[in-house]
Amino acid sequence: MIITKQDIPNFLDSLKNNYQVFAPVKQDNYTMFKAITSGSDAILDYSNSKIPPKGILFPQTEELFSYKVDKQGAHLEEKIDSEQKVIFGIRPCDAKSIALLDNVFNNDKYEDPYYLTRRENTVLVGIGCNQPQSTCFCTSVEGGPFDTTNLDLLLVDIGDKYVVEVLTDKGKKVLTSAACSDASEADKQAAAKTKESATVVSKVNLDGLKQKLDSNFYDEIWDSISEKCIGCAACTYSCPTCHCFDIVDEAKDCDGCRVRNWDSCMFPEFTIHGSGHNPRPSGKERFRNRVMHKFKYFIDVNNATACVGCGRCIQNCPVNLDIREVLADIQGSEARSVS
Amino acid sequence: MSGIENAVQDAAKKLLAENKVDVVIGFAQGSQPLRSTPAFIRKPEEAEKLTWNCTCENNLANYLRKKEQKIGVVVKGCDSRSILALMKENQINRDNLYIIGVPCSGMIDRKQVADLCEGKEIIAAECTDDALVLKGHDFEKTVNIVDVLHRSCAACTHKNPVIYDEMVAEAVTEQKEDFADIEAFEAKSTAERRAYLSQELSKCIRCYACRNACPMCYCEQCFVDCSTPEWVGKSASDIQDNMLFQAVRVFHGAGRCTDCGACERACPMGIDLRILTRKLVKDAKELFDAEAGVKMEDKPALSTFESDDPQPFLVKE
Repeated sequence: MIITKQDIPNFLDSLKNNYQVFAPVKQDNYTMFKAITSGSDAILDYSNSKIPPKGILFPQTEELFSYKVDKQGAHLEEKIDSEQKVIFGIRPCDAKSIALLDNVFNNDKYEDPYYLTRRENTVLVGIGCNQPQSTCFCTSVEGGPFDTTNLDLLLVDIGDKYVVEVLTDKGKKVLTSAACSDASEADKQAAAKTKESATVVSKVNLDGLKQKLDSNFYDEIWDSISEKCIGCAACTYSCPTCHCFDIVDEAKDCDGCRVRNWDSCMFPEFTIHGSGHNPRPSGKERFRNRVMHKFKYFIDVNNATACVGCGRCIQNCPVNLDIREVLADIQGSEARSVS
Repeated sequence: MSGIENAVQDAAKKLLAENKVDVVIGFAQGSQPLRSTPAFIRKPEEAEKLTWNCTCENNLANYLRKKEQKIGVVVKGCDSRSILALMKENQINRDNLYIIGVPCSGMIDRKQVADLCEGKEIIAAECTDDALVLKGHDFEKTVNIVDVLHRSCAACTHKNPVIYDEMVAEAVTEQKEDFADIEAFEAKSTAERRAYLSQELSKCIRCYACRNACPMCYCEQCFVDCSTPEWVGKSASDIQDNMLFQAVRVFHGAGRCTDCGACERACPMGIDLRILTRKLVKDAKELFDAEAGVKMEDKPALSTFESDDPQPFLVKE
């Protein structure tokens, strides 16, 4: 199928009748995914959003339930968001990250109704990346600029129109709102050519990395690797796969709500024990945890690397601590067995 | 610029070769165009990794607190002021520090450069003494460095380090303090100021990069992280709480903040933090004649009290 770029605002406007529509919009000099009020708010020529759209399914701050205590007793009101949503313009890396998050919120030990309800009611309309950025390394982590993992529709930009690949029934359903025409043979060829010419220049070498991380927990390399890290959460909060959270009660007298907030392993209070013991007392242990979680623990538990190569952590780090260099340093280090 | 770079490398190499320091903290070439990165050099032969150009934006004083080792550090004017302020607060042992001073002509603001390139990705950049040559997939552009200086640098009144063991180049000309930007903000109505700050802080994601990039933010536990009691809500979606976080952060820096701009440069969301920090710099100067990190003998503004101190923020005078 074909949809012209000119028809996109109308497509989004018509989707708004049945869905809450999220799309890339301009904020200052960067792009953010936001709920749009008009189809023309969506920008189509962006490389990647500053903060990933994961927050639409797993908000940075989410009220799980509210409570009230009065003479009649305690009253709970659960907040499950079951509104139908479309995320338009999501990049393949970010779509893939949602497949990774599914492992966290839906597994044999726990099913998270807050995430899963949103997930089930959300349609992912992807736009492939004709020109990946210099910080993108998706092809090194089993992704690609036109990877369709988890997408319901994939749009391939061939100039003034998109060739639409229908990947699921959900995708087919939203497409009924669009003024589509059939793709000609020339359009299909143009799409194939576009896909071929998109080059991801940056690479990381994951060969043998997991085996190294299995045995280098006590390696001296962690001292030097983390030395310049200042311990902020610019990397974790801009990461599409980071998913750690903290739950707090925000209450005034007897009325309040239970809130889930993103947490970051870069923070000193992350998993600090009630006793005051901190299992990760310095930046070294915290940074090691971040790398281990993505490239070892997540593989141990879910058989997948928890990095999609979007490059945001590289772009946003205040001290240019580059994950590609970190991984290369680890690859170069001599693994040392625990004594 | 390469003259300074060579001088920095030579100084570092000598210090390490003579075992005067265990490590030299300076800048190395970063992994992206227009980026330098803090570097920790421990061997004389690694000194050649050190670089100096208009992208050495981090305040390296941030790496010097409570360190046991002997450290050599490459500093700009602002870094040196932070060092002096930290010495006064007993965070740095001067005896263990060797300061390689670099007169600084200012660091560029990557956000302004990105704006000039209309958001198109810069895939290569070259810094000359006074210009940047930027290359993208379909463009090439030359930009004057003075036109894209970070605002802190454009307004800087201490380009030359105030404290050093050696200076690697001739001093540069200083300029006078100009608070016109803050005066313009002060002239706005309360409602306008609140609206502006609300809009700016609505972008905050509570990553605390501003706090962590600041050499003067070193509380063992920051009040925002404390949960018993919870002084401030943890939700990034609450603009009032974001404002409270910044208000406390900025007031804690009153008379200590050197307006180095590290907080604003670290912010991934491009929040105008300097409108707050610089307002306090102005207040400290005008109300208490206090300027952070300039003279060792000046008492820290927050540690002194005179019976005739102005108190316009407490009672109407």
